Amino acid sequence: MAIVDQSKIRNFCIIAHIDHGKSTLADRIIEMTGLLTSREMQAQVLDNMELERERGITIKAQAVRTVYKARDGEEYIFNLIDTPGHVDFNYEVSRSLAACDGAILVVDAAQGIEAQTLANVYLALDHDLDVFPVLNKVDLPSAEPDRVAAEIEDVIGLEAADAPRISAKTGLNVEEVLEEIVTKIPAPKGDPDAPLQALIFDSLYDSYKGVIVFCRVKNGTIRKGTQVRMMATGATADVVEVGYFGAGQFIPCEELSAGMVGYMTASIKNVRDTMVGDTITDRENPCAEPLPGYKKVTPMVYCGLYPADGAKYPDLRDALEKLQLNDASLFFEPETSIALGFGFRCGFLGLLHLDIIEERLEREYNLDLVTTAPGVVYRVHKTNGEVIELTNPSNLPDPSEIEYMEEPIVSAEIMVTTEFVGAIMTLCQERRGVYLGMEYIEASRALLRYELPLNEIIYDFFDALKSRSRGYASFDYELKGYQQSKLVKLDILVNREEVDALSFIVFEGSAYERGRKMCEKLKEEIPRHLFEIPIQAAVGGKIIARETVKAMRKDVLAKCYGGDISRKRKLLEKQKEGKKRMRQIGNVEIPQKAFMSVLKLDEE
Amino acid sequence: MELYIHIPFCVQKCLYCDFLSFPASEDVRQRYVKKLEEELSACAGRPEIREKKVVSVFIGGGTPSILSESQICGLMETVYDSFAVAHNAEITIEANPGTCSRELLAAWRRSGINRLSLGLQSMQDKELAVLGRIHSAKSFLETFYLAREWGFDNINVDLMSALPGQTEADWEETLVKTAELCPEHISAYSLIIEPGTPYYGKYGEQREDLDRYGEYDEIPARRRRRYEGQLLLPGEETERAMYRHTRTVLSGYGYERYEISNYARPGRECIHNEGYWTGADYLGTGLGASSMTDGKRFSVTRRMDEYLDFDREAFARGRQYADSSVLSRREQMEEFMFLGLRLVRGVRNGDFYRRFGVSLEDIYGARIDKYVKEGLMAVRRENGDWRYALTEQGLDISNYVMAGFLQ
Repeated sequence: MAIVDQSKIRNFCIIAHIDHGKSTLADRIIEMTGLLTSREMQAQVLDNMELERERGITIKAQAVRTVYKARDGEEYIFNLIDTPGHVDFNYEVSRSLAACDGAILVVDAAQGIEAQTLANVYLALDHDLDVFPVLNKVDLPSAEPDRVAAEIEDVIGLEAADAPRISAKTGLNVEEVLEEIVTKIPAPKGDPDAPLQALIFDSLYDSYKGVIVFCRVKNGTIRKGTQVRMMATGATADVVEVGYFGAGQFIPCEELSAGMVGYMTASIKNVRDTMVGDTITDRENPCAEPLPGYKKVTPMVYCGLYPADGAKYPDLRDALEKLQLNDASLFFEPETSIALGFGFRCGFLGLLHLDIIEERLEREYNLDLVTTAPGVVYRVHKTNGEVIELTNPSNLPDPSEIEYMEEPIVSAEIMVTTEFVGAIMTLCQERRGVYLGMEYIEASRALLRYELPLNEIIYDFFDALKSRSRGYASFDYELKGYQQSKLVKLDILVNREEVDALSFIVFEGSAYERGRKMCEKLKEEIPRHLFEIPIQAAVGGKIIARETVKAMRKDVLAKCYGGDISRKRKLLEKQKEGKKRMRQIGNVEIPQKAFMSVLKLDEE
Repeated sequence: MELYIHIPFCVQKCLYCDFLSFPASEDVRQRYVKKLEEELSACAGRPEIREKKVVSVFIGGGTPSILSESQICGLMETVYDSFAVAHNAEITIEANPGTCSRELLAAWRRSGINRLSLGLQSMQDKELAVLGRIHSAKSFLETFYLAREWGFDNINVDLMSALPGQTEADWEETLVKTAELCPEHISAYSLIIEPGTPYYGKYGEQREDLDRYGEYDEIPARRRRRYEGQLLLPGEETERAMYRHTRTVLSGYGYERYEISNYARPGRECIHNEGYWTGADYLGTGLGASSMTDGKRFSVTRRMDEYLDFDREAFARGRQYADSSVLSRREQMEEFMFLGLRLVRGVRNGDFYRRFGVSLEDIYGARIDKYVKEGLMAVRRENGDWRYALTEQGLDISNYVMAGFLQ
């Protein structure tokens, strides 16, 4: 079967707010289309990284092909393309959507529409996808499908009265969803004989096959031997294999023609050559222009990663290199800190991305890491006209050389029940937000729009949002651009020595407050020594806050007899062990977790 | 060798106590004493124990004074029958004020017990109530005088400082009133808040914060709020002042501090406890008791049901030990240091060499130099040997110093 009838293909994705049941529905679809037996099913086939299952979110887009025999008696090929569910990966989401012709919108019948739901629906509509809604979790006692259906119609304007009311968990009415995929999602249109034009929506590195490129063929045909060129990166290669996605495996086939979703391999060594969003074309017979929407992904958040044990530096480098094989958005370069020694400055799409990488380094590569305060990319305009992109506070030029600085701004949408609108507005105000507007989604819920500096939201904004709305607020943002701002470098001095790894860039108006909190936090983290330790915050050499760690005056175990000796030994060993996990700065020992203190300044 | 005998019974558990001790019926106590006798005689039969001369016996608890005259006499009978007890051995029993009748004291004397350790803790009834003690200052005095009357000329009194709500004046009152009685020995501990005790629930957070910040006014308000309205533990400076004051007051009464928390009139240091700090072999018998003989450490099960099920055969085979470990040479050296440094006189390099065959300076020279420079340790010459001891400041932060001797 070399030729596939385009009219029998459905390329679609599922969009949903986190926890509304996207992955569960995907599992049911895969199960009920019969490609896999129940026995083969892992709990959630699409999320196959261990980490993803634990966090309950999908990190990297993946795809699966199944075959469905519809009520009309025909067999349809379903290509279900999974999308990441976090704002850090917005660009990946947009490319996955671009690979689809339609989308299923899953809404939790108890929770209703959330900020992420809206953001994703708009993104899907932007890509001209046909979207049909599904009400999930109707088996829950708290489900209100009628209310939520009305909400979907009011807010999004999608016909929802006849939307399937399902329980992805139990499988209730999922059959209806399958039929709607056939009837409501359009078949792909594309010319298999036109010059090749295929969209890369993901890629991964395999040590045997090299880079495996996930693509959607829009026009033309790709087969073994095709000489391809990536239009944006310019990389060229000869296709070694093409195929489609079984569940958890790659199934080679002869060709991928217009309308099909699948993969290709071509002995490509580096995922950087196959950037998500790039267009694959035929070197000999190229298409006139690339598919729209490609953009080079740049890290938004930077921090220093250092091995806790300096001797593990080469191990950390190897681990980062391996992770980068699969993650073109991870950036790193060597850097040196006086306090922490040799390490790397790393760039991430966002804080979640940072968390994931850090966790993988610790878990999969067994590395013990010290992380410095994450920061965003600032633009420093120097008096000599030069503009530098600042990712490490230590590299900030002398203030006399700085004309002005700019910081990244995002536009954010926050959805919240009306009773918390005041609290959330206060929060945004505190974070230097600029109010853009508010809409009532329904009587009890509002959508707030704000412009916020990125550096005010990367740390703990999400947590603050949740705690001030008792968990009811949801949040989505996208980068809007750069804006001039009064920024300063806040330095921390421990026992009168500046600790470079603790410096960070901060809005001038918040410097005093953050400096004070930073000193308080460090006072909690730094154990008492034999001498008194001043902890100071300084801006441009001027001290703005101070705390003192008092000298240790008494540390005695009053009693120690026969039965206490093993216990006493353990106590002393613990004390000794604690010292090993410290960094020596001058004659002060600083625990490694103190370097992350800036992240916890707003804990109360 | 030293012999320790554990009596895990008390009338009522004190609020701060984490010792293996609990109230029990007369029937359980009787069965326990029988088992203890079996364990004592079975242990004494082991070849490595048989040859060792017993220089001290310590009957501790719990509250050993809860046992009847015949029970104690029976136990001591077994000890004499089974072990080679030195004629001048120090034989101590711990007793709670208010539980010692005339008859009991007489029975103890008859069975050769020559030292009494009385758990007073405080001379103030309000503090005794805070601690959950069952006696009053008055009942202590009665017991003390009665003991003297019955010829106990070697008495220790346990005191406790750094109690919740205690002031320096409160502590001084307890110290002076006790010293006025002229006991031969005074143990003055500062209260330890132990996990698993009612006190831990009540004062654990305070303790943790004080350990981290030292004084209340250094603790962030949001943390301090957690124990608003409770009695406060003394801050670090007060505690240190209490400790200093203890030495000053007691030295005025002729006591010398010879260990971190122990004070004695000349020649009245507790032989048994000194053994723990100088690495003597000791055999612990009874529920949960720890032993250390020939570089091996082991301890008896802490489960009463298990203990009561052993027979003589099982005891002889050492079945009662729930865990045992052999200390490496290095670990023995470490213990020589961190236990020896508890003694005010410190450790002597000659003793170290005789025990380990290497010089103390080769192993710990650099460490000691550092501490001497920091003013935490002092060195002095003694009969051709060197003695290393903690300074006053070193005693204050002895945990910090001792941790430095671990590998």
